Amino acid sequence: MATYQTGIQAPQGVWWKPVHGSEKIWAAIAFAWCMVLFAMMPLWHLRGGQNPSGIRHRVEPAAYSARVREFIAQYQVGTDGGFPVVEPPPGSHVYLQAAMWSWTPVLRLQQGAEYILHLSSVDVNHGFHLFPLNVNFQVVPGYDYGLRVTPTAAGEFQIICNEFCGVGHHLMVGKVVVVPPSLAAAEGAR
Amino acid sequence: MKAELRTCPATGLRVHDQADALIKAHAVVATVALLVGGVAAIGVLLTRWQAVHLLDVVWFYRLLTVHGMNMLIFYIIFFEMAVLYFASAVLLSCRIPAPKVGWLAFGLMVVGTLLVEWTMFTGKADVLFTSYVPLRAEPPFYLGVILFAVGALVVVGHFFAILVVAKRERTYTGSVPLVTFGALTAAIIAAVTLLHGAIVYIPTWLWSMGLMNIDPEFYRLVWWGLGHSSQQINVAAMVSIWYLLGALTVGGVVLNEKVSRGAFALYILFISMASAHHLLVDPGFGPSWKVWNTSYFMYMAVLASMIHGFTVPAGVEMGQRLRGMTAGLFGWLRHAPWGDPGWSALVFSVVIFGFVGGITGVTFGTEQINIIAHNTLRIPGHFHATVVAGTALAFMGVTYYVIPLIFRREIAFFRLAQIQPYLFAIGMTIFSIAMTFAGTFGAPRRHWDITFSGAPFQVEFSPAVDLVIGVMAVGGIVGIVGGAIYILVTVVSVFFGRRLGPEESGVGAHGKGLPLGIVQPPRALGPGDDDTTLARHPLGHVPGTMVLVIVFLAAFVVYYFVNWKLLSVVWKVG
Repeated sequence: MATYQTGIQAPQGVWWKPVHGSEKIWAAIAFAWCMVLFAMMPLWHLRGGQNPSGIRHRVEPAAYSARVREFIAQYQVGTDGGFPVVEPPPGSHVYLQAAMWSWTPVLRLQQGAEYILHLSSVDVNHGFHLFPLNVNFQVVPGYDYGLRVTPTAAGEFQIICNEFCGVGHHLMVGKVVVVPPSLAAAEGAR
Repeated sequence: MKAELRTCPATGLRVHDQADALIKAHAVVATVALLVGGVAAIGVLLTRWQAVHLLDVVWFYRLLTVHGMNMLIFYIIFFEMAVLYFASAVLLSCRIPAPKVGWLAFGLMVVGTLLVEWTMFTGKADVLFTSYVPLRAEPPFYLGVILFAVGALVVVGHFFAILVVAKRERTYTGSVPLVTFGALTAAIIAAVTLLHGAIVYIPTWLWSMGLMNIDPEFYRLVWWGLGHSSQQINVAAMVSIWYLLGALTVGGVVLNEKVSRGAFALYILFISMASAHHLLVDPGFGPSWKVWNTSYFMYMAVLASMIHGFTVPAGVEMGQRLRGMTAGLFGWLRHAPWGDPGWSALVFSVVIFGFVGGITGVTFGTEQINIIAHNTLRIPGHFHATVVAGTALAFMGVTYYVIPLIFRREIAFFRLAQIQPYLFAIGMTIFSIAMTFAGTFGAPRRHWDITFSGAPFQVEFSPAVDLVIGVMAVGGIVGIVGGAIYILVTVVSVFFGRRLGPEESGVGAHGKGLPLGIVQPPRALGPGDDDTTLARHPLGHVPGTMVLVIVFLAAFVVYYFVNWKLLSVVWKVG
């Protein structure tokens, strides 16, 4: 037997009373579900293909900018829309620079190959968004975020900035071209 | 100074005139902030709707800053300060121990607000709500936020003082009511939150004057200790108001004090870890830090919300059943006072907060799923369901009781007030869900032009995005109309509504200007009303609620795993 009062009445005496069966059942179900929610994250680190771990360093914006220029000089194969196009070999470190309001350089990558894609900003916060896949990472000045990426599909992708970075925010669009391995091999032979 | 306490004719509570005055002042300023933020919302919405694209780029980001600051800081915190005074001084029949301190704190908050408004409208602070360093606003912007936060911190201290005075002067017996306990939870979280605010905004203010350096990632970490934790003040305050509205409208009971108070305690312990929700795809933090923090220590704060999401409707169901509404699973809902705006606001607030806001929030706050959610429209889609359709709607619902009980006025345009929660809830639900969908396609948040005209490379979203954003705009307009009706009704009631006489309780009134919970208060329960008189149901004492929460869990499980599936098809990244 239990008698009740509302939440605006002050409980008199001891309110530490046995819990209803329904409440116990729901709390147990909710607790079990919370454990599932929690377990999924470590599990995905072990078994899943998409994790935001990366290789994380501090970096001076000027030093990062110099590294990007060096990277471009090493692997540039052309230009597109006024930006250098860079084709690094599979397995290499790739450096992408976010600045108000551009992504440099344009990347040519091979489908199925792994790269270490470094992201950093030389001014304010920016947001890396890979269109149309909806892959998002925060780009923070002073930090180098090195993500091991494997493009799983060929085609043209755009990089949109999705962290507010001033009035030119919407102009900040970059490009990634992913070529199938057969095409890359043929170009290599030529 | 001798405190003057009136006796409320409707509830029998003793109310200090200074408590009345402080609650009124904070509520009025909150409503003004809501109006400013709401006007900004129109500009932002009609610009995001690419078919209209109303504002130029500068004014879009300016009004987006205005919208965020007014809604998430000024409106909601001023209202919460009113809630703190109500839940302490009014519910405990206590005097305000230091009225002058109360007015000083109020003055600080108002001066801070005005300073921030001035910098925003004059283009000195086009940095959005988050003002991520090294984007720079002019120093008075940060100073204004600091003054506001200090004022709010003083109110929180004053609230604690009222609890102490009430206990010492024995203005109540037993333990504080659950609603006061929930407000205490909100106040403790507010203290933690506002300290984060001080830790981040004072150095940022100095930085803006060139006096020191700030690490951008440190800023993001501590700023979200303010930015997300302040949403947890909202959650705690909102849940308290759920219990309050349940009690006022239909006499909803507390199923078990231990369970509900324990759930509030879980909020205090774990909820400020939520800063991590914004840093899951940041370079500054490692995976184990992210997993522990984003899950609020193994989802213990989510557990708390799932418990309140059960106990609030279950308490209402039990209250209704004890008063004879025992038919079937949902007779207690069918016979509820759907024309009472306090009741309809309560129901919509609970349902939308849980089904739309809660499910999306936990899903997007999962470390890896955040990769396909961060900074897309999915995020504002989530928090418009929590903080607008959840918190703001609960605050609107309680206003329809505050006006007669505290302002002592009849509600003007009561027919409009009755449909207001419906319009607002339907509009904001369509808006939030459509926004979330647009974000699922990758449409970015905080963006002036997603056609990217003038950019070096072409980006074309699928036509489905245009359609979904059109739906979002329609929902947003309906929601804004609902919000405008709320402001109209409250302003006219407070300044021109018929005054209730000092002895007039409103009970049994024939006029159309009072919610049913005041005209016909729910029958008080006595020792004879115990649950053994109720027929046993295979689903337990509260079978209707049991069905509702199982439906909720099923929706949660489906949405959660669909998102893992969506994540698994993008590029491999690690």
